[in-house]
Amino acid sequence: MSEKKKQAELIEEISGVNPLKCMKCGKCSATCPSYNEMDIKPHQFVSYVINEDVESLVNSESLWKCLSCFACVERCPRDVKPGKLIDAARQMVVRQRGQAYLSPDEIPELLDPELPQQLLVSAFRRYRR
Amino acid sequence: MKYSYYPGCTLRTKAKDLDDYARASAKALGFELEEIEDWQCCGGVYPLGTDEIANKLSCVRALNAAKEKEQELVTVCSACHHVMKRVNDDMRNVEDIRTRANNYMELDEPYQGETEVLHFLEVLRDKVGFDELAKKVVNPLKGQKIGAYYGCLLLRPGKILAFDNPENPKIMEDFIRAIGAEPVIYPYRNECCGGYISLKEKDMAKGMCDKITESAEGFGADMLITACPLCMYNLNKSSKKEIPVVYFTELLAEALGVKEACAGAAGEDEKEVQA
Amino acid sequence: MQRIGVFVCHCGSNIAATVDVSKVAEMALMEPGVVHAEDYQYMCSEAGQAKIQDAIHEKKLSGIVVCSCSPRMHEATFRKAAERAGLNPYMVEIANIREHCSWIHKDMEEATKKAVILMRAAVAKVNLNTPLKPGESRVTKRALIIGGGIAGIQTALDIADAGYEVDIVEKTPSIGGRMSQLDKTFPTLDCSACILTPKMVEASAHEKIKIYTYSEVEKVSGFVGDFTVDIRKKARSVDMDKCTGCGVCQEKCPSKKAPSEFNRGLNNRSAIYTPFAQAIPNVPVIDREACIKFKTGKCGICSKVCQAGAIDYEQKDEIITEKYGAIVVATGFDTINLDKYDEYAYSQSKDVITSLELERVMNAAGPTHGHLERLSDGKAPKEMVFIQCVGSRCSDDRGKPYCSKICCMYTAKHAMLIRDKYPDVNVTVFYIDVRTPGKNFDEFYRRAVEQYGVNYIKGQVGKVIPQPDGKLLVQGSDLLDNKQILKEADMVVLATAIEPNPDVRKIATMLTASIDTNNFLTEAHAKLRPVESPTAGIFLSGVCQGPKDIPETVAQAGAAAVKAIGLLAKDKLLTNPCTAHSDELLCNGCSTCENVCPYGAITYEDKEVNDHGIREVRRLAVVNSALCQGCGACTVACPSGAMDLQGFSNRQIIAEVDAICR
Repeated sequence: MSEKKKQAELIEEISGVNPLKCMKCGKCSATCPSYNEMDIKPHQFVSYVINEDVESLVNSESLWKCLSCFACVERCPRDVKPGKLIDAARQMVVRQRGQAYLSPDEIPELLDPELPQQLLVSAFRRYRR
Repeated sequence: MKYSYYPGCTLRTKAKDLDDYARASAKALGFELEEIEDWQCCGGVYPLGTDEIANKLSCVRALNAAKEKEQELVTVCSACHHVMKRVNDDMRNVEDIRTRANNYMELDEPYQGETEVLHFLEVLRDKVGFDELAKKVVNPLKGQKIGAYYGCLLLRPGKILAFDNPENPKIMEDFIRAIGAEPVIYPYRNECCGGYISLKEKDMAKGMCDKITESAEGFGADMLITACPLCMYNLNKSSKKEIPVVYFTELLAEALGVKEACAGAAGEDEKEVQA
Repeated sequence: MQRIGVFVCHCGSNIAATVDVSKVAEMALMEPGVVHAEDYQYMCSEAGQAKIQDAIHEKKLSGIVVCSCSPRMHEATFRKAAERAGLNPYMVEIANIREHCSWIHKDMEEATKKAVILMRAAVAKVNLNTPLKPGESRVTKRALIIGGGIAGIQTALDIADAGYEVDIVEKTPSIGGRMSQLDKTFPTLDCSACILTPKMVEASAHEKIKIYTYSEVEKVSGFVGDFTVDIRKKARSVDMDKCTGCGVCQEKCPSKKAPSEFNRGLNNRSAIYTPFAQAIPNVPVIDREACIKFKTGKCGICSKVCQAGAIDYEQKDEIITEKYGAIVVATGFDTINLDKYDEYAYSQSKDVITSLELERVMNAAGPTHGHLERLSDGKAPKEMVFIQCVGSRCSDDRGKPYCSKICCMYTAKHAMLIRDKYPDVNVTVFYIDVRTPGKNFDEFYRRAVEQYGVNYIKGQVGKVIPQPDGKLLVQGSDLLDNKQILKEADMVVLATAIEPNPDVRKIATMLTASIDTNNFLTEAHAKLRPVESPTAGIFLSGVCQGPKDIPETVAQAGAAAVKAIGLLAKDKLLTNPCTAHSDELLCNGCSTCENVCPYGAITYEDKEVNDHGIREVRRLAVVNSALCQGCGACTVACPSGAMDLQGFSNRQIIAEVDAICR
């Protein structure tokens, strides 16, 4: 099996999503609050996995712009749930050593007195292993 | 009535008042929140990966502690509630996760999702009853026009959270009515505030929070209530509007006439923490 | 001892590609009783059937096993072939080595092994088969149509025109159905009422057609050719014979707060009402839930103003019992409930409406007298947005997995009509795919785009956001431009999925007709018997079988009529001889079989028996073979083993099981 195919299958496995169920209605992209910040749009996640181009997906800005707000997960009429795909791609990145999007060194300057622990914890969980 | 209680880390520190008001209100309403011993952080976000086990174990510990006491498990923080309910759903319905988690935990008896997880609002709706709550209100918040801000984590995914209609919820509006105020329904009440994005992408969070507060004000809200410390932070920090945002438990405590008593306590603790 | 012939079909490559057919034939020769075995490319062909007939003559065969497709497909074919060669048709058995074997397996060796086992079971059964003779039953030459929409009306007219009596049972106060609610029809844009009402009048005036409105089918018993049906005529509170239809009662009725079902709840009607002006019959009913007289005992205004003295507050529901030879289901559809689609703000904004509601808004007799206006404030809209596939093509648990089929066309129709009548109104349609197969359909849709300038955007809508100023913000995808767009609209129209009338479950149960997972009635064969239910004597007309538009509904209604006429034209029907019977000496009269029989075919009689010289009167089970459908429930329930099924006797089934386990 090619490396590309393996990566695509890993995404499907981590996410538990079958991208072939997508009917390309675009409701996810119509729903996404981060749409304008994303280079690869939510409805495109599916075709990147189907076309085994996981590399572009893991190098995309979108990975770090998804809010995990689950709006696409809630509204997807085909049970594809693109949010799960992007989270799987993110997992693939942060599980590799040194690939974290957030470094502890950055933290002090990002802090302010009101910032709740919950924010730090969740950002850490999403951005690094 | 006694419930197991999982406050979560933010309620111990930055959101101490969310916790204090919840406990005081519970007492006034005649139920007790018994804090789980040695609870650990829920992780703040639910790990979506189907192969993630380690990140779910702290929730399983809390859920099992409630099971051993034969109590339902109550949460107040939206994020804790979300993670707790979803992990519980995994333990009930996803055999692979259940098996692996139990293998790791080595409990006396495997945990299989027996515990019922309730948000404090669900306790008010399903256990106390909003009608009963209304009867216990001594200080109705008459004339206040309040917008409920739900955010994402309480509602979605609707099937697992089973909290309310995720697209048109009403539990917080019913709550607002029960404490004597007038709910303002506005369409952005279930849109995301930006969540953890605000750590690195302040502008993105700002855009989202502006939409929410503009919509709420546009429909006539004087105040927003939330159950989430992160939503609270983002709405206060990122929105250009200056609409006050308060925890729902604060209004509850106020309506029940127990706010003053715990406000002082909250201040004391805050000082201690800072010291 | 039987002389059995085994015939193994290749079914082209359907079977032969996976099953070694010659091996199956070869193995058959080793089975007890088998004196002949062969395989052939297409057993069901004329040449194949001739092979069976020749073998019957030459080898003096007394029993036949055909290893082929499902008996649902060709059992009748092979039984008829055997009968023409002088063999009793019930001496033929099918071993299903296609659906049960070749189609579901890949490994040739394994599949062949299984085919041999299935063949052995059938041979074991035929060894115990006995010739059976069907009985006869009479045909009541009258048809019942359940549902008085365009499907039911058309079927009724076609059957009646052939000279048979037809009764229509319609639940609501008038016939007409969904079509009567439509304003214009695609692709010709003729007025719905103009083409429907003449048919309604024709049905009501037809000497062979009797119409029971405000009535429901309550109970069905019997079988093909001889159904007995109880019909509940709900109390109308108005005497049908005396009422002149003058309408004064409706005008004077002081209770005018009941939501109008006909106008989809967009406005209100009086408590005494006819659903619409052209209703047939033109006799109102009193909605007792809304009527002040029924609620408080005070009022009675309708009675006072009725010159004909037709108001009858004392009227009660009446149950009538009628006999029918054929029953046609024409129960139609409704739009789905939108509770689970609150992202489109249907329940939050009055200006978000369904397409069926828009039909009423556009109709001159509708709540706005045909003026296009916002239902919140009566203002004329400038921007209209249509959202397609709301609840259709959804594989989650919120909507329906199927395409509702009619929405692409009616939306093109609405868009075109609005652009035509109100050229300053902009119309945008959010679509996933535009599906317009049908005569002149795609041309119609293109006309909306090219001639009327309707703006079609490929992409679904995520959320409809009500604004404080009363406008609606539509947040949708433009997939071709790769943009998320925010479009301000004055009105939003949802192409809401359709679903079978919710009553169909109850009716299907009464008729023992099968329904699929979406509650559409199942046809006997998806391609070859599309208007018949698998239950004999039950026919399907219109959307109860699957989504369809008016031309298709009318065509199917005619087809259902032809099938019903084909049945009614017969004087007698042969009955299935595979019925249950009870052994008098074994029966202990315990009533177990009677309790499990779904057809009410078992009764008890006191009868004198001679049990090894002892004469005594015993309570015994008796099967009415005309009612028995041969389901076998009684044979497994019977504790003493007295009940047995002809053609599927306990001995035969045990022999089959033994052969499989050998």
